Amino acid sequence: MYPILSKTLLAPHIYEIVVDAPRVARSGQPGQFVIVRTDAKGERIPLTICDYDREKGSVTLVIQEIGISSRKICAMEAGDAFADVAGPLGRPSDLLDLPAEELKKKRILFVAGGLGTAPVYPQVKWLHEQGVEADVIIGAKNKDMFTYVEPMRKVGRVHLCTDDGSEGFHGMVTGLIEQLVEKEGREFDHCVIIGPMIMMKFGAMTTKKYGIPTIVSLNALMVDGTGMCGACRVTVDGKTRFTCVEGPEFDGHLVDYDEAMRRQAMYKENPKTNPETHKCSCHGN
Amino acid sequence: MATKGNKIPRTPVREQDPLKRAANFEEVCLGYNQEEAMLEATRCLRCPKPRCVQACPVGIDIPGFVGRLAEGDIKGAAEVIALDSSLPSVCGRVCPQETQCEGSCVLGIKSEPLAIGKLERFTGDWRIGHADEFEAAPAQPLGKKVAVVGSGPSGLACASDLARLGYDVTIFEALHKAGGVLVYGIPEFRLPKEGVVAREVASVEKLGVKIETDVVVGRTLTIDALMDEEGFDAVFIGSGAGLPRFMNIPGENLNGVFSANEMLTRANLMHAWEEEYDTPIYQGEKVVVVGGGNVAMDAVRTARRLGAEATIVYRRSEAELPARVEEVHHAKEEGIEFKMLTNPVAITGDESGKVTGIECVRMELGEPDASGRRSPVEVPDSKFRMDCDVVIMALGTSPNPLIKDTTDGLEVNRRGCLVADDNGATTREGVFAGGDAVTGAATVILAMGAGRKAAAAIHEYLSGK
Repeated sequence: MYPILSKTLLAPHIYEIVVDAPRVARSGQPGQFVIVRTDAKGERIPLTICDYDREKGSVTLVIQEIGISSRKICAMEAGDAFADVAGPLGRPSDLLDLPAEELKKKRILFVAGGLGTAPVYPQVKWLHEQGVEADVIIGAKNKDMFTYVEPMRKVGRVHLCTDDGSEGFHGMVTGLIEQLVEKEGREFDHCVIIGPMIMMKFGAMTTKKYGIPTIVSLNALMVDGTGMCGACRVTVDGKTRFTCVEGPEFDGHLVDYDEAMRRQAMYKENPKTNPETHKCSCHGN
Repeated sequence: MATKGNKIPRTPVREQDPLKRAANFEEVCLGYNQEEAMLEATRCLRCPKPRCVQACPVGIDIPGFVGRLAEGDIKGAAEVIALDSSLPSVCGRVCPQETQCEGSCVLGIKSEPLAIGKLERFTGDWRIGHADEFEAAPAQPLGKKVAVVGSGPSGLACASDLARLGYDVTIFEALHKAGGVLVYGIPEFRLPKEGVVAREVASVEKLGVKIETDVVVGRTLTIDALMDEEGFDAVFIGSGAGLPRFMNIPGENLNGVFSANEMLTRANLMHAWEEEYDTPIYQGEKVVVVGGGNVAMDAVRTARRLGAEATIVYRRSEAELPARVEEVHHAKEEGIEFKMLTNPVAITGDESGKVTGIECVRMELGEPDASGRRSPVEVPDSKFRMDCDVVIMALGTSPNPLIKDTTDGLEVNRRGCLVADDNGATTREGVFAGGDAVTGAATVILAMGAGRKAAAAIHEYLSGK
């Protein structure tokens, strides 16, 4: 069992959960994820690692209540325990492979939308620790939906945007990328976009326009998360790849986003995952 | 009973009615009771040079255990099997007996072979039910630690042998439940999870073996970390098969196309067919399973039980089906359609990306290939279409690269399988391997045998240190 050490509401329906998982905390790296299962009857849910404390043995996860399983996770409290936290899974961020000298010369832009802010954080924090100050665009529907802004400000240059203009730049992340590049004349030679699939699609189209190499982190459906089932397959550069072992990060300019979005919705009409028709005894519902 | 063995007909085994069982997940074959087992055991001819033993991958003394069964000494029979096999309840159910022990039984020449698999199963199940009578004296601790990667057949076998010798053994399992393919792959209706697998795992734990789940070796821990940081003196890698293969034909990423591994993992490990479990499964009305092995049979019969009209599509003819004869026979009884000499060329979908059908060509058999099987050749202008809403690919797997990618000095062959000698020694000192990770997809009994050989080799290696 993996005890929940704390749970914090970050924004409406978005929670930060710190869980005791010493082995994951010891070997986790930015860019990797874990598989969480609430209880013996729960689904195996992949969640990106947002932070880790190697000494305390804890791992930080951020999750939004969307479907049945995410609601079940969010209904758990500090003191409860997850049945399973397996990981770290997936390949660590490619940035970790760069020699320090090369890394220091990089002008890196992160683009985070929705729940994507949390998984961007460990990468920006890691860069900060290496002496690299990255730019971070954080987009949200409105000012109440922002998460991780303050921690992010401590480790990177933050630019905010909201769809309704309630804070920061009025518009989508794509508009803010354009503003930084075209109006402010900023130059970037590496971009990492993490967020909803549709945002990654349009974000990557924007960076392609400026020739900025771009990495996206895909949140495909998974079952085992170790390369056994192939549920997470995506098409990248015309080839089928397994997100769990070959990803989750891929070249953002080569991902077939339309197929990825379609595959993400595979169980939308399934009675088990549809909150309208779901029947079970799980708490919180 | 002094009757000449070969005069008694093979004792039929009770099975669930095909129509009933096609709608439930309970075990198909009900096995022998003691009376039936003893009667069947009397059929054994006690050949002086038993061909069945030679044909058994782990060399079980078949006339020895069958002889004890015939005398009603079931415990004695279990003890004979235990000398060579640690998983009789499992192997009695899933071994391809018709190509191994039973396939070489002399009785089979003139009538039907001895039902060795069913007798093994009876003995194994009896042992599970009488576990208390098999209390082994605890071995003298040797003060040495061995890590076993994976809790499938090879890992369980290796771990239990080492524990019996006195080693401090920990199994690291990537999934949340121990058993490997016995849990995620082989369905309940062929191998009961609580009644058989969980109890086999429990008996390994009873020997003092620790099982740590949720540890993905290669990610959570590396082989080096196990040896350098966690103090293990040797490691056995039994990480199993790997990434599912696809055909690389158009439409394979449409919604409704799955690997057999995914479908079976959802059904078996995640219990997706039970309402109170959260994991969903994509239920088709017309399901096509591509492939002819045991995994294909498991997938198609699972689809049938979920309510689908289910069809096997295989590019060779029925004679070449790699699946066990019993599974093919059971599948047919359950109403599975078999389309032989048929090869898919594309999967079609609607505008929303859901599968609508599969396009195939007819095949005919040409010359035998390297494997000795006649290779299928496409019949010109034979393309046709079948309507379906789910396609399941059961085409085997290619090795998982996780461990080799994170371990220096561990060689793999050109197929990506770990290189190991006959005793399981890899190219890295103190690291042994066996089962599908070495051979590619094979059988439970071969994996179990490899685990036991490696245990002996690890003992020899550590004894010399």
